[in-house]
Amino acid sequence: MTVTQPGHPSHTAHNTTAHNTTAASDLTDTAAASDLTDTAVRRRHNSAVLRIGEDDGERLEAESLASDTTMIMNMGPQHPSTHGVLRLMLEMEGETVLRSKPVIGYLHTGMEKTAETLTYLQGPTNVTRMDYAAPLFSELAFSLATEELLGLELPPRARWIRMLMCELNRISSHLLFQATNGMDIGAVSMMIYGWREREESLRLFEAITGLRMNHNYIRPGGVAADLPDGWRDEVLTLIDKLPARLAEFDTLLTGQPIYRERLQGVGVINTAECLALGVTGPILRSTGYSWDLRRDMPYLDYESLDFDVVVGTYGDCFDRYAIRLNEIRESIGIVRQILDQMPSGDYRVQDKKVTPPPRARIDESMEALIHHFKIFTEGFKVPAGEVYVAVESPRGELGCYMVSDGSGVPYRMHIRGPSFVNLQTLPHMMQGGMVADAVAVISSVDPIMGEVDR
Amino acid sequence: MSSTVQHVVREQLIETVSRLRDEGYVSVIDVTAVDYLEHPGRGDLPPEVAPERFELVVTLISHAEPKRIRLRVQVPETNPVVPTLFDLYPGTEALEREVADMFGITFEGHPDPTRILMPPDWEGHPLRKDFSVGRIPVQFKATR
Repeated sequence: MTVTQPGHPSHTAHNTTAHNTTAASDLTDTAAASDLTDTAVRRRHNSAVLRIGEDDGERLEAESLASDTTMIMNMGPQHPSTHGVLRLMLEMEGETVLRSKPVIGYLHTGMEKTAETLTYLQGPTNVTRMDYAAPLFSELAFSLATEELLGLELPPRARWIRMLMCELNRISSHLLFQATNGMDIGAVSMMIYGWREREESLRLFEAITGLRMNHNYIRPGGVAADLPDGWRDEVLTLIDKLPARLAEFDTLLTGQPIYRERLQGVGVINTAECLALGVTGPILRSTGYSWDLRRDMPYLDYESLDFDVVVGTYGDCFDRYAIRLNEIRESIGIVRQILDQMPSGDYRVQDKKVTPPPRARIDESMEALIHHFKIFTEGFKVPAGEVYVAVESPRGELGCYMVSDGSGVPYRMHIRGPSFVNLQTLPHMMQGGMVADAVAVISSVDPIMGEVDR
Repeated sequence: MSSTVQHVVREQLIETVSRLRDEGYVSVIDVTAVDYLEHPGRGDLPPEVAPERFELVVTLISHAEPKRIRLRVQVPETNPVVPTLFDLYPGTEALEREVADMFGITFEGHPDPTRILMPPDWEGHPLRKDFSVGRIPVQFKATR
């Protein structure tokens, strides 16, 4: 191992159950902002990124000679640790990574272009396929953007169902991270445990939304259906089971010397670099910077919930692992509060121009039939305008920029994917490390390529 | 969510963004563009802003006082060139590459002006409105 290994004595006191929070007022500290003006951040960025074309990467790999001091190596896009189809061009000296560049686009399917042909009601079926590990967040951002253009005020139950589902989704997404992170590091048994827990949360999703993934559950105007009978017991069964399972994760991973050696001091990044690179989510928080849209720019009803924002200290791979593990615990606490406070009432807005009528009404009411037909053929018209809304997805700020020309389909729909921006940290974090560290770094960024490439 | 919109002339983009950075906007959170070929009026431009085909949209975020600002920059079709924000915020590198790839807007001074999502030899810019998706006409096509 390289960088500051082994030892890292300050890390041995690393307590993953300590929840550190920073009050929002602390953020007025302008130290981070003034660091931005420092050219050092940019200089380091320039020296870490290998800016050559994709074709050059292939050519140089083939041409490299034994006498060269450095060589170009292409890792991926089929490499198992690249979480799908991420390709890395690495400039190596021996086994040390000097510069690198992520090459993306292998999963590009033009989803933003497709969105311009789908009505606002069909839109969530499209965006839900972007971040397939946390699909409800894309649906939420899309729906919030549409509703802001429409000027819709949602009934309380719709907002609380959305929060419930998003927090459960955050849990399942972070459980998936625990599984893949363990597998990438070599703790293969962890994959089975993480997958088992995630599968149980997906079973809950299936009971509520009808699908394990790609739910199309959060739609403009509310959610697709009310929570089914017995939902409370099923949610309780899951969240009662999880704390003991998370304690198992601690036994399996957190305290393991081999695991800690692989992660501590690897892939270090600091706050100034994160802010300059536009990084959000657990990577930004791992540097000790407390920023979470749920608390700092609340949407839905998050201001009425009590939760901690988990931050790290060192900005290394281990901090990012520990943050995600503890965010699961925080989300369990949030889900419990939501269970206590879930209001009754409508699960979607009662606006006949936006909400399809219930199936039973179609048989008895001509107007219901007309509305049903119009909504599902033409879609509803959204006033012209442009809007940007953002939510805190498990990977960071997930934004939706939407432009309407007053018709039934978005004129332009852009998703600001957190993974897409966060991937820019890879060259920083990998520099000076080994290929084995590069694998740990990719894993700790937790990119979802469906959302990177869209 | 507090978010303000400001229209900026592209010659003053760098100047405006530097000023915003000094005012505490710590990150460029998003860079994207819109092709207004089929919606040229767009109704929400102030009278002093002359509409052009492309519009660059830059979103910055301030943390000290949580707020966002959205800069809208008119970019003409005949000369789609905008100065890069890379020197101020290196995080715009990938976002600007995406805009260049999808809309054919050139970022002057960008360190790595290669395609990011499409293959290097791809012709055309897919998110332009005159780029055909090549779809098969289906029922209810007239809903547009």
